[in-house]
Amino acid sequence: MSSHASPTLPTSGKLWDGGNEPFGASYGKLMMWFFLLSDAFTFSALLLAYAALRFSSLSWPVPDDVFAGVPFIHGHFPLVFVGIMTFILIMSSVTMVLAVEAGHRGARNEVVKWMIWTILGGIAFLSCQAWEWSHLHHDGAWWGSNPFANADGTPGQVNFTNLFFTITGFHGFHVFSGVVINIIVTIMTALGVFDRRGTYETIEKIGLYWHFVDLVWVFVFTFFYLI
Amino acid sequence: MSGEHSNSFDIKGIWMVFWVLFAITAVEFIIALAIPEAFMAKPIKNVIYIALTLLKAFYIVAYFMHLKFERINLIYSILLPTIFVMGVIAALMYESDYWFTLR
Repeated sequence: MSSHASPTLPTSGKLWDGGNEPFGASYGKLMMWFFLLSDAFTFSALLLAYAALRFSSLSWPVPDDVFAGVPFIHGHFPLVFVGIMTFILIMSSVTMVLAVEAGHRGARNEVVKWMIWTILGGIAFLSCQAWEWSHLHHDGAWWGSNPFANADGTPGQVNFTNLFFTITGFHGFHVFSGVVINIIVTIMTALGVFDRRGTYETIEKIGLYWHFVDLVWVFVFTFFYLI
Repeated sequence: MSGEHSNSFDIKGIWMVFWVLFAITAVEFIIALAIPEAFMAKPIKNVIYIALTLLKAFYIVAYFMHLKFERINLIYSILLPTIFVMGVIAALMYESDYWFTLR
């Protein structure tokens, strides 16, 4: 299968002379890495815009005052809800590694079990984000409108909400895509596609994507909620 | 399969990494909520946040994404461009400071 070098060409035994896998990874896995690298560039561009706009602004809203809502409870709880979201995403990353680990052993039922937990984590995260978005929207925040005053009391920078909704929205779209792909891959696992193929490498590839989504959230969390 | 190490994927190791990530996040929360800015100025906090974030990123990429156990040329193909991009981000932050003084 694709994970093995197919020695159809005569090889001289040198790494880059063909008939070999110079990166020690299959074509699909390598391309997933390079896709993630290009995706990292896209997110970096957004974070670049954020850094440039934020630190050239005279003042900026205080995250602790903006992100202080928790569902079903009234009051001021800075960072609590986003902490729950971060925890959910890290947990779903863990269950994804466990699925990959089960795949290495070829344990189909275990892979399905951990993939379902991963999907549930993804859906939980998206639900949290939907709640947070609608909560902020309810307060009057959206692209082009910012009801939250800057730290120095002046009217809030519209760049703040523009960047917040664009960046978390782009990340949320990645989570959504990940959940859809996870569901497809889980169904394929349950149908025994990877048993017939003889390798669970597809789980590894989608796992790379899922961890990347977690990784991006780590940065979004720091830049939007902490700094 | 090539590049696979049986000892890099044990379940105990996975949970170890989870607890590390959990602990780093907990530290970030303590700094954000429990330490008043009189004791620790905001710029110092920000440097600590960024350092902890990069540490978390290292654990996710190295262990969850398994990059640490890949071949060295794959590691550099991913790592070097990322480092350059971080350089650009740092440059733009410096530049924005200049815009700030222009205003």
